[in-house]
Amino acid sequence: MTNGGSQKMQPDQEQSNAKDASVQKTVKKLMLIVFGMFGFGFAMVPLYDVFCDITGLNGKTSNVAASYSATSIDTERTVTVQFLTRTAKGIPWKFEPMINEVKVHPGERKVVKFYAKNESVSDIVGQAVPSVSPGRAAVYFQKIECFCFNNQPLKASEDVEMGLQFYVDSDLPEDVSTITLSYTLYDITSAVDS
Amino acid sequence: MTTDAINDQSEHDSHGDDHHDHKMTGLKRWLYTTNHKDIGSLYLWFSFIMFLTGGAMALVIRAELFQPGLQIVEPDFFNQMTTVHGLIMVFGAIMPAFTGLANWMLPMMVGAPDMALPRLNNWSFWILPFAFSILLASFFMESGAPNFGWTFYAPLSTTYSNGSTAFFVFAVHIMGISSIMGAINIVVTIMNMRAPGMTYMKMPLFVWTFFITAYLLIAVMPVLAGTVTMVLTDTYFGTSFFDAAGGGDPVMFQHIFWFFGHPEVYIMILPAFGIVSTTIPAFSRKKLFGYSSMVYATASIAFLSFIVWAHHMFTTGMPLFGELFFMYCTMLIAVPTGVKVFNWAATMWRGAISFETPMLFSIAFVILFTIGGFSGLMLAMTPVDFQYHDTYFVVAHFHYVLVTGALFSIFAGAYYWLPKWTGHMYNDSLSKWHFWCSLVSVNLLFFPMHFLGLAGMPRRIPDYALQFADFNKWVSIGGFAFGLSQLIFLVLVIKCIKGGEKASAKPWDGAEGLEWTVPSPAPYHTFEKPPKID
Repeated sequence: MTNGGSQKMQPDQEQSNAKDASVQKTVKKLMLIVFGMFGFGFAMVPLYDVFCDITGLNGKTSNVAASYSATSIDTERTVTVQFLTRTAKGIPWKFEPMINEVKVHPGERKVVKFYAKNESVSDIVGQAVPSVSPGRAAVYFQKIECFCFNNQPLKASEDVEMGLQFYVDSDLPEDVSTITLSYTLYDITSAVDS
Repeated sequence: MTTDAINDQSEHDSHGDDHHDHKMTGLKRWLYTTNHKDIGSLYLWFSFIMFLTGGAMALVIRAELFQPGLQIVEPDFFNQMTTVHGLIMVFGAIMPAFTGLANWMLPMMVGAPDMALPRLNNWSFWILPFAFSILLASFFMESGAPNFGWTFYAPLSTTYSNGSTAFFVFAVHIMGISSIMGAINIVVTIMNMRAPGMTYMKMPLFVWTFFITAYLLIAVMPVLAGTVTMVLTDTYFGTSFFDAAGGGDPVMFQHIFWFFGHPEVYIMILPAFGIVSTTIPAFSRKKLFGYSSMVYATASIAFLSFIVWAHHMFTTGMPLFGELFFMYCTMLIAVPTGVKVFNWAATMWRGAISFETPMLFSIAFVILFTIGGFSGLMLAMTPVDFQYHDTYFVVAHFHYVLVTGALFSIFAGAYYWLPKWTGHMYNDSLSKWHFWCSLVSVNLLFFPMHFLGLAGMPRRIPDYALQFADFNKWVSIGGFAFGLSQLIFLVLVIKCIKGGEKASAKPWDGAEGLEWTVPSPAPYHTFEKPPKID
């Protein structure tokens, strides 16, 4: 049924070359998708941060100091700000707020103190990471000064009082009457050393 | 028609490559093979071995959970069992089984002599055993195997890792590379190797589902590779992608992981749709109802899979808008899935149905997969998900879709094509034993998990409260019965390879497709001259 004469082979050869070329082309396109998506996985990291900054998703607060710019204090309205602290696994520090909650008017500046004590026999560098709940209130919670902007080294048995100066933006949505600010304290000694 | 399959003319074959010396024997034949049928068989055997390995781990889990309290294993080893069971079943059993079916059947279904990239095909299989050796080798290390769940959430896999993270990451990298190469091969084959006249809308639905699945793989496996790379550098090189202390975010891990993870679950179910869309028409002796709607439904499920990932994360504290968006998008998936279930039912409607074993598995698939779909809908509802999250209800849900869904479809496909692969009919009564034992035990195994979950039993915990004891006992009995039932299948396959009633080229009278136009067993080289499609 096949007459494998040379004049028949020629078009076959061409056809298979054409097929090989189109195979190569498809493979190249698909490899582009593969590398593109690998990059996209990493691109999600900054994209996620931008997304969280805009929306206040995840209760992420800004990690740079806000300048106090509120001109008017809205005395009609009172917001309760609660403070929570916890230590991550493996950091032998005592870490607690010196006042559990304060009532503030939007726009009003407030200073609160946190207490930390290194209860171990070695020197440790701690880093507090803030988070605000409800998440959408995060962008309205402005820290003018915060110990969380820098790491906190403590020698063995040393203790410290750490300050936080903040105000609540008067644009805070009406239905938010309580904001919870939570700090988690991490041991970053090894990261600082290296 | 069949003669064009067995031409052994000295004329060059379509690639002009070296598989004339295919008479190699022993280990070398399998190591060097570029033949799609050999590689398909390798994939299928590999996945079956992995299925038994992962199954043995599941039995360790079920033995520990047979009664409350800690009896058999340490909690840490229990965690290693749940983790590696999940990894092996997903990446070692289900996915390679589908790739194996694709390798065996796709070239024959589209009338191609082989996959488009035979050498790549060889490589994508042969790196897999290395990946799983690395993963399993971690059991023999001091620290033990990965114990952070197959989802390897940071910081469990980074800050609190038991030291197995590097082995885990490299194993997943290799599995990912293998999957990506396999997927590229599938897409290239389908786009370039179809017989003249086979337009896209004339392709069997099996081919369509693998086509779409391969695209999903190409799109998301690189994201998984990125995720594990970030976990690796977080653990060993001091980066802080997911470490809050260094400015990272552990919740972001879940976003990136599930951006891969949700399409991944469709990677494991779309090929199943393709298989039952092949078997149900064959044994109903009717054309598949609504072919084009099946194609569009598959494509829409694939698209939707990219925008629903956060339904795995409802309890992480998302804004209300996010919860609503992901809830509605998730529920939307029920529409194309419903189209499919409707089409299968409509295909059977007034068909001349006969109940050969592939059909039994297919019907069980349709019913039990639908149960899994319904529990998925329940989980999609944000408010109730807060109750179901991380309970045995979730375990019941994904085992219904993956075991009675994906795995049952693989059995259906295996029984359907065994005569074509081996040239022999399988032992019918053994196959019936396999089906009925599996069906009864799998429901005993997974159905009570729904009740356990609703009552609040958490997953991934080696101990439980006393009131869960009775159901857990039944679940464990079902688990062991299901595990043992699979040995029937092993015996059946070996018997079928060794001998049995000769199979004709087309042993199923209702079957359609090019694979039935070649003799059984399928010759080593098929369609070196493309068939005519009208």
